Amino acid sequence: MQHANFLLRSDLQQMLNIISGDGFRVLGPRLRDGAIFYEDLRAVDELPGGWGDVQSPGRYRLEHQESPRYFAWANGPQALKPHLFRPRESLWRVNREDGGELAFSEPAMPDAPLAIIGVRACDLAALELQDRHFLGSIPDPYYAARREGLLIVAVHCTHPADTCFCASTGDGPRAERGFDLALSELDEGYLVEVGSERGERIARRLPLQASSEAQRQLAAAEIEGAAARQTRRLPEGNLRDTLFARLDHARWDEVAARCLSCGNCTSVCPTCFCHAEQDVPALDATSSEHVRQWDSCFTEGHSYIHGIVIRAETGQRYRQWMTHKLGSWHDQYGRSGCVGCGRCLTWCPVGIDLTEEAQAICAPLKDEAEDKTGDAIEEGKV
Amino acid sequence: MSKPSVAVHKFSSCDGCQLAFLNAGEDLLTLSGLVDIRHFLEAGLADEEAEVDIAFVEGSISTADEAERIRKVRAKSRLLVTLGACATSGGLQALRNLDESNEDWKQAIYARPEFIRTLAHAEPVRAHVRVDFELWGCPVNGRQVLAAVRQLLFGVNPLDERDKVCMECKRQNVVCVMVAHDKPCMGPVTRTGCGALCPRFGRDCYACFGPAEQANTSALAQRLEGLGLPPADVARRFLFINSQAPAFHAEGLKHYQPGFANGDRQ
Repeated sequence: MQHANFLLRSDLQQMLNIISGDGFRVLGPRLRDGAIFYEDLRAVDELPGGWGDVQSPGRYRLEHQESPRYFAWANGPQALKPHLFRPRESLWRVNREDGGELAFSEPAMPDAPLAIIGVRACDLAALELQDRHFLGSIPDPYYAARREGLLIVAVHCTHPADTCFCASTGDGPRAERGFDLALSELDEGYLVEVGSERGERIARRLPLQASSEAQRQLAAAEIEGAAARQTRRLPEGNLRDTLFARLDHARWDEVAARCLSCGNCTSVCPTCFCHAEQDVPALDATSSEHVRQWDSCFTEGHSYIHGIVIRAETGQRYRQWMTHKLGSWHDQYGRSGCVGCGRCLTWCPVGIDLTEEAQAICAPLKDEAEDKTGDAIEEGKV
Repeated sequence: MSKPSVAVHKFSSCDGCQLAFLNAGEDLLTLSGLVDIRHFLEAGLADEEAEVDIAFVEGSISTADEAERIRKVRAKSRLLVTLGACATSGGLQALRNLDESNEDWKQAIYARPEFIRTLAHAEPVRAHVRVDFELWGCPVNGRQVLAAVRQLLFGVNPLDERDKVCMECKRQNVVCVMVAHDKPCMGPVTRTGCGALCPRFGRDCYACFGPAEQANTSALAQRLEGLGLPPADVARRFLFINSQAPAFHAEGLKHYQPGFANGDRQ
């Protein structure tokens, strides 16, 4: 006997009300400038009802259809990252007092915890990785302050984009963990899963009804379908040894000819965490702010050490990005840094496809390939 | 100890970059307390011959008189900083360099062209004298200008912001106008400094801050062609405000058709 877990679409607003009533600042997916962003959300009619996204390498478009659904899209250019790891923030400030002594101060931290509605499985997996980085042995107090108390309402993905490959990285389309509540969206409402005690306390206050077997089957089938429709994939397994054995592969230069070294891929990547810090003194030199902002392995500053830029060429930068993301992340964080969200494909202005490049670089080398071709000829397959 | 002295010199330009100082509001008052501004015609201070610690130079070198005057400015300045696209890369007026069309323009525009004495080419200051630091942009960004002043007063090299505009767009959560709207954006090859001003308003960057480091102009040109831009328009994207910046000049010429500077679209 299934307990009550079905929420009518018309009751979704109650969920928002309960969460904001509990003192959270509620963010959810909203349309802005032709894309979907997580921004302040008060009413369900601010959600992207009927909107879907059509994505391909280097291209993103929203399309509207007659559908009651609010979450019939894959993802937008950003999700959780800018809300926890701010693109630019002041870490501390120093003032020179009248007597000449220096007074340091820290910025105020947010007073209300965040609740984010409509989070995808890929972005939950990315959150787990950002946690490993920012909350590891030396926790980052700025990230930690925003992360603490973060409430997450996930929505299982049923509308993957052409650029998605979360099924191949094992991170979606079903949200498996890391949420307080997870929803399956159907035309008439939502199947609600509880993932934490906090989620349970919210669910208890919702007007939930018993779901039908047909609803549960449809929800499961839609998620399975979302996995089955994905056509892109990364090469399987830990690519570390393969990638580091191919640091001289001709493909690095070939991709460098196309790559703009603009840093869009790393900026939209939900797991990339690189940043630069600089001091911004006031004109009168009586105060200075220490500012941190997103950086990228595609900038020259990223590999600058006194007097020299280590990775001056674009090919070296692309190699750094891929060998780190898909290779040495395994050593640092126990898994690949890619969660298959596909953003680096979509938001690359020239549409470079990480899965295609990884396949090319990790493909059997020429002599290995010749062996296989030889076998295939013998077997009459060529 | 006397205050460091500053001069702001104008050559061939629209005067817009000097407004970075004049529009600075309270910062202008602060600045006037920090430095001794000796020459700044637009602010009513005239002492062109003054020896100064820092000379800001706006405008390109466009006449024989200017070529002479910039050498004097250099000789009387400890540090020389260019202020904006004209001084740094020739500016809009350097489009006349493309077709050797100076004479044609002179005849077309002026009622008495015989009184106009210009050099065949409008050139960046760097082509004539040594430059210590370059501030890009059409116009420059006031924040960058004042930051450079502050750093020079500290006795350090100003921070040279050479990242692409894309980095700034992403830091500001701006939707990519190329990926989401097919606009022929120059952001991926253009240096940041403007604060992603155009994309923040849904416009494509037109490269007024000049080439970024590692600007892959040929890959972007190919993408612009993919968006349907004919070669003359691709050329215009590169040969516009910073046509004399080497990276843009070289790429622009690959797509360039003679007659362009005369408005003859053939």
